[in-house]
Amino acid sequence: MSGGVIARPTAATSEDQIVRYTFIERAYHWINAITYTYLLLSGLALFTPYLWWMASVLGGGGTIRFWHPWVGLVYLVTILWMHTKWKRDMKSIPQDEKWNKNIKNYIENRDAAMPPQGRFNAGQKQFWWVMLYCTFILLVTGIIMWIPEKMPPGFHWVLPIVVFIHSVTALVTIAAFIIHVYMSIWMTPGSMKAMTGGYVSTTWARTHHRLWYENILRGRNGD
Amino acid sequence: MSNGTLEIKAISGHRGGTPGRGVSRDYDVCKLVDTTTCIGCKACEVACVEWNGYDFRQTTFDNFYQTMPETAWNFWNLIKFNEVETENGLQWLMRKDQCMHCEEPGCLIACPADGAIVQYTNGIVDFNQEHCIGCQYCVTGCPFNIPKFNTETKKVYKCTLCSDRVGAGLEPACIKSCPTGCLHFGSKEDMLGLANERADQIKRETSHKNAGVYDPSGVGGTHVIYVLHDKDKAEQYGGLPQNPTVPFFVTMWKGPLKWLGGFGMAAGVLGVFMHYIRFGPKEVDKQEEVKQ
Repeated sequence: MSGGVIARPTAATSEDQIVRYTFIERAYHWINAITYTYLLLSGLALFTPYLWWMASVLGGGGTIRFWHPWVGLVYLVTILWMHTKWKRDMKSIPQDEKWNKNIKNYIENRDAAMPPQGRFNAGQKQFWWVMLYCTFILLVTGIIMWIPEKMPPGFHWVLPIVVFIHSVTALVTIAAFIIHVYMSIWMTPGSMKAMTGGYVSTTWARTHHRLWYENILRGRNGD
Repeated sequence: MSNGTLEIKAISGHRGGTPGRGVSRDYDVCKLVDTTTCIGCKACEVACVEWNGYDFRQTTFDNFYQTMPETAWNFWNLIKFNEVETENGLQWLMRKDQCMHCEEPGCLIACPADGAIVQYTNGIVDFNQEHCIGCQYCVTGCPFNIPKFNTETKKVYKCTLCSDRVGAGLEPACIKSCPTGCLHFGSKEDMLGLANERADQIKRETSHKNAGVYDPSGVGGTHVIYVLHDKDKAEQYGGLPQNPTVPFFVTMWKGPLKWLGGFGMAAGVLGVFMHYIRFGPKEVDKQEEVKQ
């Protein structure tokens, strides 16, 4: 949906509202988010005894051991779908380098100093690629951990390495996930509404994603 | 299978201390396997299956005497037959393969399920199938390829060192069945003494001048020890590792990574909270004022 459309929702607002995510994008995002959360909680229960109690919350150790890989496959499918939908918008643009250099200003909310950004800003793109590549690593290591009994005993020496990589990679995604959740719920008001209702205000779009916004304006003006 | 009469020393996947640890006195038990007097009769294999009440498994024939390639979920005790060429001709080695009951058990260290693996004060490492979740991290942690997965029950099984018998003051079943007396059971101290005495005798009276005792220090010593004809050639006894250790990446994973990961996650949550109270949200209206 990088083209975007101008829409006027039924609720009376003084501003134009812009479609940021279509229903199907939101649906995939939330299936992905829910499955990730399950993978996070069940994975952490297996990672440290201090969080083992979460296994009980999720139905017991045997239950999470059974579901974790299957839920992981649902997570995989939805992230791959989102990738086919968003990969064009996730490509780096020249302004991204300047954005990355100015990240301190972004963190400290001096957004006027930031270069204009497309549908996704450079930080969102980094989040995206981290999650995608980590997903592939988690997939490969996860399949081995799913069915180690199929592995000839001569290859058991790889298991510790595989388990270690799976854990480290998961921790990397957790770091990214914490930032993602914080930014969507608390740091950038309006972005949660974009992922629940689908719309953002023109002000929001102009402020955070000016290139995307201008692109949409051009579309509306029939350029 | 867990044993109510034995004192527990360590519990898998368990946070905090071990309840009851150290409140009662118990001595380390040990099984001694003298490979130099084993005749490969497999009586111990039968005794093991009999005592533990499993059906006899289908055996395989691979042009030698071994019952099957490796131990199985319901076959915990396997004599490994190995033919080794030496300068003095063919040497036929037989080794009783089973859980070694490590003092530092890699299976227990790796296991995430609270109480699925316990180590008793007497040194026996035991699986509690009712708490097992079938993740097979124990397979990952074991340097001896011992825990075996049952695809039907989704649980892992291995030799218990007859913890049920030992808890009742009896010897393990395999010990009872050995016709040559190559198997002994007693305190670790006594068994080490007996093993060293036997190794000295072999060195003195036979051509095996490098005979010795296998009690690998890499896993803190084991509660099953061997007398070997050549203590530096453990590998020739059917894949017995010369210097077994808990795999490096398992110790990293269950040691530093566990703490770094937990600390990192807490720091991350704290960090974004600090950001919120220091810089707050990106209010769109305010941004506009700055800009225009």
